Amino acid sequence: MLVIDNLTKRYSTGDLAVDNVSLSVPAGQVVGLIGPSGAGKSSLIRCVNRLVEPSEGAIKLNGLDLSKLSRGALGKARRRMGMIFQEYALVDRLTVMENVLSGRLGYVGFWRSYLRRFPQADIDRAFVVLERVGLLDHIDKRADALSGGQRQRVGIARALVQEPDLLLVDEPTASLDPKTSRQIMRLIVEICAERGLAAIVNIHDVALAQMFVQRIVGLRKGAIVFDGPPDGLTPEALTEIYGAEDWASTISKAQEEDADEAETGLPGKTLASA
Amino acid sequence: MPVSLSHDGERHWNRRTSRTEWLRFAGWLALAMLFIFTWRVMTQDTIWAFVLDAPRQAADIGSRMWPPRWSYMSALWKPLWDTINMATLGTLLAVILAVPVAFLTARNTTPSVVFIRPVALLVIVSSRSINALIWALLLVTILGPGVLAGVIAIALRSVGFIAKLLYEAIEEINIEPVEAIRATGASAPQVLAWGIWPQITPAFAGISVFRWDINIREATVLGLVGAGGIGVNLESSMNTLAWPQVTLILIVILATVIVSEWVSAKIRHALL
Repeated sequence: MLVIDNLTKRYSTGDLAVDNVSLSVPAGQVVGLIGPSGAGKSSLIRCVNRLVEPSEGAIKLNGLDLSKLSRGALGKARRRMGMIFQEYALVDRLTVMENVLSGRLGYVGFWRSYLRRFPQADIDRAFVVLERVGLLDHIDKRADALSGGQRQRVGIARALVQEPDLLLVDEPTASLDPKTSRQIMRLIVEICAERGLAAIVNIHDVALAQMFVQRIVGLRKGAIVFDGPPDGLTPEALTEIYGAEDWASTISKAQEEDADEAETGLPGKTLASA
Repeated sequence: MPVSLSHDGERHWNRRTSRTEWLRFAGWLALAMLFIFTWRVMTQDTIWAFVLDAPRQAADIGSRMWPPRWSYMSALWKPLWDTINMATLGTLLAVILAVPVAFLTARNTTPSVVFIRPVALLVIVSSRSINALIWALLLVTILGPGVLAGVIAIALRSVGFIAKLLYEAIEEINIEPVEAIRATGASAPQVLAWGIWPQITPAFAGISVFRWDINIREATVLGLVGAGGIGVNLESSMNTLAWPQVTLILIVILATVIVSEWVSAKIRHALL
């Protein structure tokens, strides 16, 4: 379980990216983090695994304060946090299997990893997650030979193979088409439910967020201005997060699509085909 | 402002204002005048009688150089082999030295932009600013004549070249995969080996092979200052006015360079 306490991030340029944010995410809960560009969504989740150093506040994962850890201890703590990126962030010239196994780097020594002599247990884990994301047929392909949806599945597999307690997901669908976006979101949410993972998902697409997550947090200028269930996103709430705009169509579209999904949704089949 | 309003209210657009037009014209004029001036400086010490005589002199040397003395080839195999080894070993040594220098120089991998990067840059600049022939001159006086001096001269010259191109490649990598590897809890050496190295291997291989190709050409002349290889034969043949041997050596060098260029083009093509 993740507890963020009065987190503030101020960049050396003086920009206040995260402003005194407190947030707690219990195990198994998927939180959608929405907000306009530049609201500090990315900074917030990068502060959690300290790809960005927080300026003030505490971040506790299962009671361990991440913000105070030394480099070595931080490496160990990062193993418990899987991260998924907008542009997939795969190493293009490595194979799918190598990219997935890179999720185990925190557990394996330098020379073993350099020589690709991973323990059999790690290879077994990699096969399990590759099967879960439906990529068993592509194990030996280079990462740059895959489609966008497949590449994001590799990204998800790399995060999962870490056996994390928490997923940090940064705009997972922003580079994908609408259908693949839904499949990827559905996959992330299902996996979190299966494994009891907490997750913070940065997402631009409000309708997509409403469709899949259990809780939505709205960020504006680095501060939380909304925290509640997806149904609570009234036009007033959206105006509070994003500023004034005609929100009626955004919300009704989401609800229609939701109904649509329920009728035709065959998750297993659509997942495998993407 | 390229857009201007004429008095009848029409909007005109020109690529440049008339002020910049005049400045550009003045610039070109200055360049032309500089060219004329330097031409005069360059030619004032020329003895025109010698220049006019040049075609006859060239024809004379040409006639003495032809035909090449093919039988001399048996004495050239060994120095040719030395030349190729000199280039290859020198490149290998340079690569080993250049990789750490490149990582210390690149802004995104250097441990310290303030202290270590300037030192690494100085290594690169000093290596690049001194020609292999000058390195060889120095090393022949230190190490004595022979192939070893040539190998080290080539290595010292190539370190800067390889390190410079490699650090530029390192600075251009995509940072996202590196972040992703770091986020898994990987150690710094693992981030280097898994996140950065795979992104620069094509550049690394291409640069090394390209430098090897250049070094073959450089190695052919190092013998002129006693650093071994086929240049030694070239120098002694010219000193004894054995022009047909000089011709043969030039043909051999030409052939070697063509082969090395072909090999390096093939290898780079296969890697990229």
